[in-house]
Amino acid sequence: MMSKLSSIARTVLATLCVFAGAAAVAAEYNMPVGVTDVSREIQELHMTIFWICVVIGVLVFGAMLVSMVLHRKSLGATPATFHESTKLELLWTVIPIVILVVMALPATDVLVKIYDTGGEDMVVEVRGYQWKWQYKYLDEELNEQVSFFSNLATPRGQILGQSEKGENYLLEVDNELVIPTDTKVRFLLTSNDVIHSWWVPDFGLKRDAIPGFINEAWANVKEPGVYRGQCTELCGKDHGFMPVVVRVVPKAEFQQWYAAQLEASATEALAMAN
Amino acid sequence: MSAVIEAHHDDHDHGPAKGITRWLYTTNHKDIGSMYLWFSFIMFLVGGVMALVIRAELFQPGLQFVEPALFNQMTTNHGLIMVFGAIMPAFVGLANWMVPLMIGAPDMALPRMNNLSFWILPFAFGMLLSTLFMESGGPNFGWTFYAPLSTTYAPDSVTYFIFAVHLAGASSIMGAINIIATILNMRAPGMTLMKMPMFVWTWLITAYLLIAVMPVLAGAVTMMLFDIHFGTSFFDASGGGDPVLFQHVFWFFGHPEVYIMILPAFGIVSHIISTFSRKPLFGYDSMVYATSSIAFLSFIVWAHHMFTVGMPLAGELFFMYATMLIAVPTGVKVFNWVSTMWRGSMTFETPMLFALAFIFLFTIGGFSGLMLAIAPADFQYHDTYFVVAHFHYVLVSGALFSIFGAVYFWLPKWTGHMYNEGLGKLHFWLSFIGVNVAFFPMHFSGLAGMPRRIPDYALQFADFNAWSTVGAFVFGISQLLFLWILVQTIRAGQKATTEVWEGSEGLEWTVPSPAPYHTFAEPPKVA
Repeated sequence: MMSKLSSIARTVLATLCVFAGAAAVAAEYNMPVGVTDVSREIQELHMTIFWICVVIGVLVFGAMLVSMVLHRKSLGATPATFHESTKLELLWTVIPIVILVVMALPATDVLVKIYDTGGEDMVVEVRGYQWKWQYKYLDEELNEQVSFFSNLATPRGQILGQSEKGENYLLEVDNELVIPTDTKVRFLLTSNDVIHSWWVPDFGLKRDAIPGFINEAWANVKEPGVYRGQCTELCGKDHGFMPVVVRVVPKAEFQQWYAAQLEASATEALAMAN
Repeated sequence: MSAVIEAHHDDHDHGPAKGITRWLYTTNHKDIGSMYLWFSFIMFLVGGVMALVIRAELFQPGLQFVEPALFNQMTTNHGLIMVFGAIMPAFVGLANWMVPLMIGAPDMALPRMNNLSFWILPFAFGMLLSTLFMESGGPNFGWTFYAPLSTTYAPDSVTYFIFAVHLAGASSIMGAINIIATILNMRAPGMTLMKMPMFVWTWLITAYLLIAVMPVLAGAVTMMLFDIHFGTSFFDASGGGDPVLFQHVFWFFGHPEVYIMILPAFGIVSHIISTFSRKPLFGYDSMVYATSSIAFLSFIVWAHHMFTVGMPLAGELFFMYATMLIAVPTGVKVFNWVSTMWRGSMTFETPMLFALAFIFLFTIGGFSGLMLAIAPADFQYHDTYFVVAHFHYVLVSGALFSIFGAVYFWLPKWTGHMYNEGLGKLHFWLSFIGVNVAFFPMHFSGLAGMPRRIPDYALQFADFNAWSTVGAFVFGISQLLFLWILVQTIRAGQKATTEVWEGSEGLEWTVPSPAPYHTFAEPPKVA
């Protein structure tokens, strides 16, 4: 029996090592840490709860495995007759409640932060369509300044397997949303037809775009880069083909880009008037 | 006990009618139970084929086999068929067969309604499946059919879908009324509520959930019907309606619904674990209270499916806390099962293997459920493959494995034959491996950022999806082995004894195997 027990111990240890190794080595198997304070805190929360679950799992499955190995009829085990214990029932009601409170406290903190949409530096409206996104840059009075659509840029041939798939297959668009670094950007989300959902995993930001509603969300990105996500609410035939791409650039570069956009839209308005 | 049955045989006993009329007109709970089980098995295979179409398309990036329009019909109908056509009717079938046998009743309380509630189902699902052959195509808006995708933007066939849901709901409500009436009125003398077998208890609570929420679903689809055909705007923002209202109404039904699909499983697993550990169920009373608590909590957590719709902070916090609380009674149940095994005298026949796998894999599904309950983290998990992994762990390796376990457990009582133990174990291991290879990688693809319900995906998700497809095909094909085992056992096999299992406890094991067409014409005495 002792050899059985020690073999179980070894198995459990080996399993734990595999878990720890897997978690350390393969970041691509896990939730991204992301590039905002919120996304980092969400990832920490996710890992905390994951490890609590692993510990509980090892205890519960460990007890089960010990029982399955030692308390078998083939080893001559005779059944005990105990069948209740109020003390145990209370114990395994109270301990989980304590663990849940420990989880709920940091979760509440992060949630409060996510909901703090005020004090923004700029506002962008995100509008869902079947099957593309429209981005509108708004001024302080929420008047539209610059507006454009963002469509999937992956060629049809790649989707149908007629040409080789590119690096950003299905995660590339014609016009990216451009925002500056170190700026609190408030997003107003809505939709023109069915419900869509705008998700940038690296920002820890996912919010539904619902017709007739204006939802709020925000992000303050520290690192320049291109961040990719997708629509995450089934919105019809081409739901899988409306990616979200955000290019985050230094403030000065953004000002330059934005000025050019303003000028282009002024020229366009003039051309329309004539 | 057998004396009672013999006396009954001299009485006005008659066997089943001959031919097709036996099945059309029957009011016998065993016949109806069998029909429910066969129906759900057929639906399981139909929904399974749809799953394999989905997995074949997702084997590699790019569009290979089906167009996105058909892909959406496959995901939608796979969900609808498995939830309403496979899992739920299978549990009703088990209740039909086993509740009267377990409480010492001669039949269900309302046998004619029993016949009706079954025979509605083939029409409901025939109609639902017929939409796939209509010009507009079948439902393509997900099994959760969020408005306005399912109203203003729906294919024309949506009206048939609505009618099918109404019919299936009516059938469920009738089944639930029948089960409650049977359990409350027809228990053998001496069987007080707190002496009822756990399967009977869990079904009693499930039946109340069904009566409470199926009308809510009927309300939701009726409002859709009015929006589509009669110019109302319940869910249409441009007419002053509210698309989020649809989600609140749907999930007020939908969350209790997921417990409807798991509570009877808890009952089944309690019986199997106790039988093959040769030890009474640990903490019977606390199991009853835990089941009731889960049922109560299921009514106040619905909006955790909607953390990203933009609820106010207070709403998010309430639904997060309430959802986390469900872990407490669920934990109590798992701890009780482990304590039932502890210092037992265990053997590992096929039903026990399925029950043990249930505890392992359902608990893993419980862990991912707890993670999903954490609202800030849910902003990352929501509508990704992480959610798909979660609910397949609780519904396939949870609910479905308990049904497999129940069939192997009671099949000797139904047919009078033992199934082939070697083949049963082979079926178990193929299913166990298939399920894990199919669904475990989905945790990773979800965390890596793959949304659900997409026919094509970015290249970084390719490996996970290839594995999932391999696992799904192993799992799917091994169900043909299950069919073969069933047919083989019904037609021949080693004769089963009355007790069937060494550690069996309960009234169903006091009637002969196979159970006679009529049992307990006179109620047994329960000490």
